[in-house]
Amino acid sequence: MDFLSTHLLSLILFLPTIAALVMFFLPSGETKLLRWFAFSASLIPFVLTLVLWSNFDPDKTGFQFQEIYPWYEALNSSLHLGVDGISVSMVLLTTLLTPLAILASFSVTDRVKPYMMLFLFLETGMLGVFMALDLLIFFVFWEIGLVPMYFLINQWGSANKDYASLKFMIYTMGGSLGLLLGIQMLGVLFGTYDLVALYERWNALDAGAPLLGMTVHTVKTIAFWAFTIAFAIKVPIWPFHTWLPDAHTEAPTAGSMLLAGVLLKLGAYGFLRLVLPFYPLEAKMFAGALAFLAVAAIVFGAFAAYGQTDFKRLVAYSSINHMGFVVLGIAAAAAAAGTADAHIAMNGAVLQMFNHGLSAAGMFFLVGVIYERTHTRNLEEFGGLFPLVPVYGGILIFMSMASLGLPGLNGFVSEFLVVRGAYPVLKIYTAVSMLGLLFTGAYILKGIAKVLHGPVNEHWARGEHKLTEINTREIFVVVPLMVLILVIGIWPAWILEVINKAVVALF
Amino acid sequence: MNFPILSVITFLPFVGAAIMLMVPADRKTEVRGIALATAIIDLLLSAWLYVQYLLGGMTGYQFIETYNWLPALGISLKFGVDGMSAPLVLLTGIVMFTGVLISWGVYDEAHHISAGIQDRPREFFAFLFLLAGGVFGVFVSLDLFMLFFFYEIAVFPMYLLIAIWGWVKTREYAAMKLTLYLFIGSVVALVGALVMYWAQYQNTGVLSFDMLLMEKANFSAAFQYAWFLPVFFGFAVLGGIWPFHNWSPDGHVAAPTAVSMFHAGVLMKLGAFAALRVGVMLLPEGAKQWAWLIMIFAAVAVVYGAYIAFVQPDLKYMIGFSSVSHMGLVMLGISTLNYNGLLGAGIQMFSHGVMTALFFAITGMIYDRSHTRQIPELGGMAKIMPFAAIGFIVGGLVSMGMPGFSGFVAEFPIFMGVWGRQWFVAVVASISIIITAAYIMRNIRKVFFSPLPEKLAEHHLTDITILDKIAITTLCLFMIGIGIFPSMMVPMISKGVENILRLLGGA
Amino acid sequence: MFTPVMFASILPEILILVLAIILLCVEPFWKEDQRRNAGWLTAGGLFAIIIVSLLFGQPGEPVAVLGGMIRFDWLGFFFKILFMFAAAVTALLLMDHEKAGQRGEAYVLLLASLLGMNLMAVSADLVMLYLSIETASIPLYILAGFLLADDRSTEAGFKYLLFGTVTSTIMLYGFSLIFGFAGTTNIYQLSELLGTGQISTLLAFSIFALVLVGIGFKLAIVPFQFWAPDVYEGSPTPVAGFLSTASKAAGFAVIVRFFFVAFPDFAPSWTVILAALSAITMTVGNLLAISQTNIKRLIAYSSVAHAGYALIGVVAFSQLGAASVVFYLAAYIATNLLAFGVVMAFSRVTGLDDLKDYAGMSRRNPWLALMMLAAFLSLAGMPPFGGFVAKVFVFVAGVQAGYVWLVIVGILNSIIGVYYYLNAMKFVYLYRMPNEDEENHPIPLSRPYAIALVVLTIGVILVGTVFAPWFSWSDAAALNLF
Repeated sequence: MDFLSTHLLSLILFLPTIAALVMFFLPSGETKLLRWFAFSASLIPFVLTLVLWSNFDPDKTGFQFQEIYPWYEALNSSLHLGVDGISVSMVLLTTLLTPLAILASFSVTDRVKPYMMLFLFLETGMLGVFMALDLLIFFVFWEIGLVPMYFLINQWGSANKDYASLKFMIYTMGGSLGLLLGIQMLGVLFGTYDLVALYERWNALDAGAPLLGMTVHTVKTIAFWAFTIAFAIKVPIWPFHTWLPDAHTEAPTAGSMLLAGVLLKLGAYGFLRLVLPFYPLEAKMFAGALAFLAVAAIVFGAFAAYGQTDFKRLVAYSSINHMGFVVLGIAAAAAAAGTADAHIAMNGAVLQMFNHGLSAAGMFFLVGVIYERTHTRNLEEFGGLFPLVPVYGGILIFMSMASLGLPGLNGFVSEFLVVRGAYPVLKIYTAVSMLGLLFTGAYILKGIAKVLHGPVNEHWARGEHKLTEINTREIFVVVPLMVLILVIGIWPAWILEVINKAVVALF
Repeated sequence: MNFPILSVITFLPFVGAAIMLMVPADRKTEVRGIALATAIIDLLLSAWLYVQYLLGGMTGYQFIETYNWLPALGISLKFGVDGMSAPLVLLTGIVMFTGVLISWGVYDEAHHISAGIQDRPREFFAFLFLLAGGVFGVFVSLDLFMLFFFYEIAVFPMYLLIAIWGWVKTREYAAMKLTLYLFIGSVVALVGALVMYWAQYQNTGVLSFDMLLMEKANFSAAFQYAWFLPVFFGFAVLGGIWPFHNWSPDGHVAAPTAVSMFHAGVLMKLGAFAALRVGVMLLPEGAKQWAWLIMIFAAVAVVYGAYIAFVQPDLKYMIGFSSVSHMGLVMLGISTLNYNGLLGAGIQMFSHGVMTALFFAITGMIYDRSHTRQIPELGGMAKIMPFAAIGFIVGGLVSMGMPGFSGFVAEFPIFMGVWGRQWFVAVVASISIIITAAYIMRNIRKVFFSPLPEKLAEHHLTDITILDKIAITTLCLFMIGIGIFPSMMVPMISKGVENILRLLGGA
Repeated sequence: MFTPVMFASILPEILILVLAIILLCVEPFWKEDQRRNAGWLTAGGLFAIIIVSLLFGQPGEPVAVLGGMIRFDWLGFFFKILFMFAAAVTALLLMDHEKAGQRGEAYVLLLASLLGMNLMAVSADLVMLYLSIETASIPLYILAGFLLADDRSTEAGFKYLLFGTVTSTIMLYGFSLIFGFAGTTNIYQLSELLGTGQISTLLAFSIFALVLVGIGFKLAIVPFQFWAPDVYEGSPTPVAGFLSTASKAAGFAVIVRFFFVAFPDFAPSWTVILAALSAITMTVGNLLAISQTNIKRLIAYSSVAHAGYALIGVVAFSQLGAASVVFYLAAYIATNLLAFGVVMAFSRVTGLDDLKDYAGMSRRNPWLALMMLAAFLSLAGMPPFGGFVAKVFVFVAGVQAGYVWLVIVGILNSIIGVYYYLNAMKFVYLYRMPNEDEENHPIPLSRPYAIALVVLTIGVILVGTVFAPWFSWSDAAALNLF
């Protein structure tokens, strides 16, 4: 137990990779073995995360479960891991969604071994970002996560996968260029990459002293935007979002689940972990701009989602819409830094990240379920499916409501907190975003209506195209999500407690 | 430590070549066996040397052997390695070993395979080993005369290897162009070296080519300003520095696979290494004076090389220009003259060596089977040679500077070093990362994952051989190993860098 | 008055004379088809003489012997060894020459010429010098035109004769001027008698010019190189090889001794002349070599260029310079003989001399191809062959003397050299015989060729790798000049 408690984070982080390497030596023909192996291997980190969660002390400030291993000594960079309330909830989200995604992809028959291996690698990549307390390590995992995702989209995606995967890769890498340069600059200036040390020293920098031939303020502004753009692309914030609908639409179902569920959170997490602590002044100065972009994402995301005829694209745009609230919360927190409003907004933003992870993963999964059966995602070709697949229909409605922000489900809690926190500081933006929320309702209802209601589409009713009901395995995938959605919706305190302490300590 | 390991490593290839030439021409298998045995022994010895240096906590020049060769002129056969050169010795061992493996020569008429070297393998391996011996010699020589001696030995076999076994269409032109460029470069540097030799005599009364003594020769600043350029750029031609790079891609394209591996993997390092050792280390004031010029050239090379690689339809040209770009990074690192930059340059030399060796090896495997290198004509190789596909992807990720692979470990400090000098250059040069990502990903997809063109389907392509797989595995292991555990190499190179910085006066 | 030193000083010459006499006596008794054995005898005899000389004929402190005619020192001795080595190899190569190999006279003429060269290397007196130059030249005129049935050979002989006599006459005029002004013909006394101030610079210039014409002809430096390509192409190949190596080296032996010893005070003037000549010679030789399609002409022009490189060492006018010249010549002799040997071995079987005929040669005889590679790379100045080290030493000397520009010219020229040498190797290794299978056209090597070529190849590599002993001898030789 001792070993476990001192190495908990690194175990969670690297177990998936080790499992993937073991898988490499398993026979590629044994698909059943491979699937179950990958699934059980991904459950272990989840169980360990539960241990982590239960041992996590929300009352302590600062990072817990810290581990430091030398990595790149010449650059003073070490594998420094640690979690606080924000990251621990993200870790929970990741380790929860990965087994579900793997379970969801039991229907994949093509090259199961590399597929599963990539998922496990992806998990390590994502977890690493959330756990890293070293800027360089942060970047390492940030980039590593791209590779498995690229190949998942590129190899197991649908028709337009080449375009989508390359776009995904180039956008994200392009965005991270600024991040890379910014990190390098910090490294050169301070000779260390340790976040804890950097927080202090970077902000303690004498504002008058010239830096790289410019004033500190100018440098910080440039670096702020470099970081911001990198994360904004990942979130994605309008107008950097165009890679997302393509990538989501073309990715395999489980890929979309993780993409929407976790990868998008990386960007928002970057804002919380790096941008706000490093650039409080700049963030405050540009909070309006950020809020504008967030509101644009909310409104345009909703409009765009409404205009889609492709079910998956609709869900994809909904992600933009929902992530807009996260950014709005962040902008509000930046604008009102140090006040209770900021804390409320920030709580909402973090919870919204978690919630969106659950609901978006669920939605993408449900789209995937129906796509597997009908091989179409065109909303026009569905209609009146409710009588044919009542259980599926029920689940879909439940998920959609969560996404819509129905009180009693999780989305409502977080969006309310965001709006509550943002209103005092960013009145107009918040007001406009509420309009966006209206359209959120509109497109979600449109989606439900097109799929489930209306006259029964005879094509799916009988014959070889007869639609089959959602099966047990698929229900197992979606039920944990539904349970959490409901629990958070009714009793959010258990998670908000953890988040809030960290938020208050940080901002 | 009486065993003269450096002489053995250096002269073993010559001995091997001589033995091979004694074997009757028709006993091809025996010739290959001798070649492989020699290469394995050399690899083991160089690995042993490397491990000794790394784990023995050695600093400065080690394993020094001195034989007075021509005392009258102060020429001695002085061998020794430091943290900069020991990795390069290992690199040469690796490339030699893998080069032999993939040149083994497989002939299968039924399947239209004629991979490796069929024609006169005896001469091929003999010339290749002459080249290898010369390369080893340059890396371990501490005597300027001997350095030139081995340098020229490393140059001329290239002509024959390319002209005889190269690609029919361009081999004569490319071989001659390459040889002349390199020869011009080396003799220009030679003039500089001779001038240094006499200047040392005037300053100190010591008549010696010993570079350790030349370090203390107190060359006047004006002298250094004048002679740094010919010496540095004379060598840097072989390092593929822009604008003297254009022999390099032509040479790559025309060369047979193993020679391309040597060429890009080792020979270009030879140029950069010699430019560093003779130019920067012996003429530090000159280096400081002209660093800006090198930096500009290198930055241009980095971006321009990447861009040209992006538009190449020929796989080998693509890799060739990507080498220009990556060697530009090495030069960029050198031009910073600070700790990070030089450290990165040292790692990048190794990393790029292994990476391009891998690229060219796989390209060769593809070409041997499909008889085309035109990217538009290729496709579907992942199904035929999955192992090669994995290898190429790993190489691609290294090339992109993806964290977790050696490329990142190398590029990151280089950029940090540039930040320390001129942030603007870092920003400009970083554009290459995104271009590289674009062409690497695009080409991986096209060559390996797009559907197999009909024209190629007729060829009944076959998988690569077990020898090829061993070669690919060896190369990949090094790239991943260093990427994950930088401490496998960094402490060593950092010792070499400290020595350089000492000469630069702690700049 | 006949002391052991005197004997030792001309020991090789005596033995050569003895060898020639033996040859003359024995040869008539051999049957026609046995006469090529004269080659074995000559070569064997010369190798024996080399050994005997090394054992018993080593010089000590430099002394003037035979009434001041001869200077007995390391400089001369080392050159003699080189000449004898070259002659021995030439004899081996001559043996299987279709027309000349069976004729004993050829070997005797060779020995006679060798005798002259040996004396050139040690002459300390203008008269002696002139006589020895003629002794060396006249047999070569005959040898060049030895193939009477061959028009080109006859032309070569005549051309060589005409050029040779004209230039040596001019040189003789220079000698007479020297005698007229100095009143002595002893080279070692000239430097005092003709110091600066005694004669005008203009006069000194004219003397240099006149003497240079004669020696320049021997060296085949521009502008006295016109004869070289035609003569090399026309004369029997072994003779061409001998002409381009030993004869040239003999010229250098003279130029080094004559200029260094007799005119140290005028060094600034004649080094400038020689530097210019060196630059022009290298450049012209190399540029003309590029376009050659006949391999003998190619080597001919390249050997013109090589004289230019070696001159850099002379121009340096230092001990190191002289040593580098001597070293250069040692490496060059081995290398160029090897090149000619390969050419001979090839043309003996094929009867062809054009570059394009060498297509596919590496498949017809890989060993011969390798040796040709060694020779050409050495000529191009690539390690681990002698040419590289030799060139570097010459450049070292040039840089030391401040002739950086000349070294740069030399370096640019060696780049041109690399181009055409490698171009030639391209035929050997890359191209195939048109419409033929090379396997059916092997190029067998006869025993004398095999021996000669292997010895030369090893020599070229030894000079290029273990260069310390050769250099220290060269250095010892150079030391005698100062």
